[in-house]
Amino acid sequence: MELPIYLDNNATTPLDPRVLEAMLPYFTNKFGNAASRNHAFGWVAEEAVDYSREQVAKLIGCTEKEIIFTSGATEADNLGIKGVFEMYQDKGNHIITATTEHKAVLDTCKHLEKAGARVTYLKVKEDGLIDLQELEAAMTDQTILVTIMYGNNEIGVVQPIKEISAIAHKHGALFMTDATQAVGKIPVDVNADGIDLMAFSAHKMYGPKGVGVLYVRRKNPRVKVTAQMDGGGHERGMRSGTLNVPGIVGLGKACELCRLEMDSEAKRLSGLRDKLESALTQLEESYVNGNVNHRLPHVANISFKYVEGEGLMMAMKDLAVSSGSACTSASLEPSYVLKSLGLSDDLAHSSIRFGLGRFTTEEEIDYAIENTKKAVNHLRDLSPLWEMFKDGIDLSKIEWAEH
Amino acid sequence: MAYSEKVMEHYTNPRNVGTLDKDSKSVGTGLVGAPECGDVMRLQIEVDENNVITDAKFKTFGCGSAIASSSLATEWLKGKTVDEALTIDNMDIVEELALPPVKIHCSVLAEDAIKSAINDYRVKNGMAPFELAKSHH
Repeated sequence: MELPIYLDNNATTPLDPRVLEAMLPYFTNKFGNAASRNHAFGWVAEEAVDYSREQVAKLIGCTEKEIIFTSGATEADNLGIKGVFEMYQDKGNHIITATTEHKAVLDTCKHLEKAGARVTYLKVKEDGLIDLQELEAAMTDQTILVTIMYGNNEIGVVQPIKEISAIAHKHGALFMTDATQAVGKIPVDVNADGIDLMAFSAHKMYGPKGVGVLYVRRKNPRVKVTAQMDGGGHERGMRSGTLNVPGIVGLGKACELCRLEMDSEAKRLSGLRDKLESALTQLEESYVNGNVNHRLPHVANISFKYVEGEGLMMAMKDLAVSSGSACTSASLEPSYVLKSLGLSDDLAHSSIRFGLGRFTTEEEIDYAIENTKKAVNHLRDLSPLWEMFKDGIDLSKIEWAEH
Repeated sequence: MAYSEKVMEHYTNPRNVGTLDKDSKSVGTGLVGAPECGDVMRLQIEVDENNVITDAKFKTFGCGSAIASSSLATEWLKGKTVDEALTIDNMDIVEELALPPVKIHCSVLAEDAIKSAINDYRVKNGMAPFELAKSHH
């Protein structure tokens, strides 16, 4: 076993060697521009892109023509939301999203508010799921788009996508989802789920960085987005720019592997995740964040009360994980996702996210359990709050000197 | 962000972790910060009849830099008189630990903890507390 152990697969995943192998020829002798229609170099590249489109389409249950390649999920989120707003603004200006969305969605919505959009940010319940009744109540005849993420990047909860899309459609709005954490990990089918637009990226599913997809429905209804990048009219005019052929080939291969291995992999990962979680919640005053029944198989987010996340990560120095602690961000604010669940700031500061992946082994999880337990106990020995808690002092009654 | 060697060293081998009897007249306790902010420091000093700090202990809830700052503070406090201890400035801690700008508040907290412990000791022994400068907050 090599140290450190990578348990941050929600941030990014390592490239699968089989994906790399598929990509390599397209960096060297198969270097053509997929838009070169008049010679063999272009044809080879175009063929590879078309094959990749098929592989992506198979994974999410759509047709090849509905795949728009982008530079990643952030671009796909921008294109989907801004593109729909501009294309459908004569129908209305209202967009509904949720407070726990990724910044690529939230900041895009904020941007559109300056351009005349009205945006509703739905709160989530304690378990991280949105309240369907609140969604229903927020719908108006001006609502053109509901955009709710599939699986959350910090806590892994999976929203009731079918129910959400049904509500959006009932009121004549389009439904979009940022499915970056879900595609390739759990079954996502755009028709069964009623998805009109969907953003995701390759590097969260063992593909390369710098390539992603916006799925745009072509039938029932036919959806259009206004291009956000002007140029040569690639990708059916919705996203100009020379195609990143090696990246797209890698994305296709990554999708194929995820499709073939998803069932067994999801079972294996949720088994390891449950082992990790049940061992760590045996520590006193540790809490799992988010709904534990509706979630991705590979994420565990746990708060260890009375220790601070960044300090804890320093003690877990052989583990690469992330924390909702303020100290890990430039803003000095703890995770807005955890705060949206109603978690107090001190519990948000105390959270650690474990993100398992394809290359995580049981031996690594056993090591992670021991390493984390030791670190939590060590930091609690140093923690005045832990000592006060053990002495039966009610910390909420203390007048803290805020700084 | 990578931590400086000195921060890592104090974090890995923190000096003077522990608890002094807060009810003793010769002990001053400073508890600063707030759990909501992600930092709480408790720093305690024991002072002898010659006004010399004979022992110092800390416990800290916070990031590595906060733990290192308080560990360093206890090291510096031991053997100093109370008046000397009052001259410890947060920038001395920043310099010694090579703290980056986003971690300066950890050193500020350590300085506040020292002053707050000294004041607790003074009040317990019938002296007026020092006016605490809050300018750097």
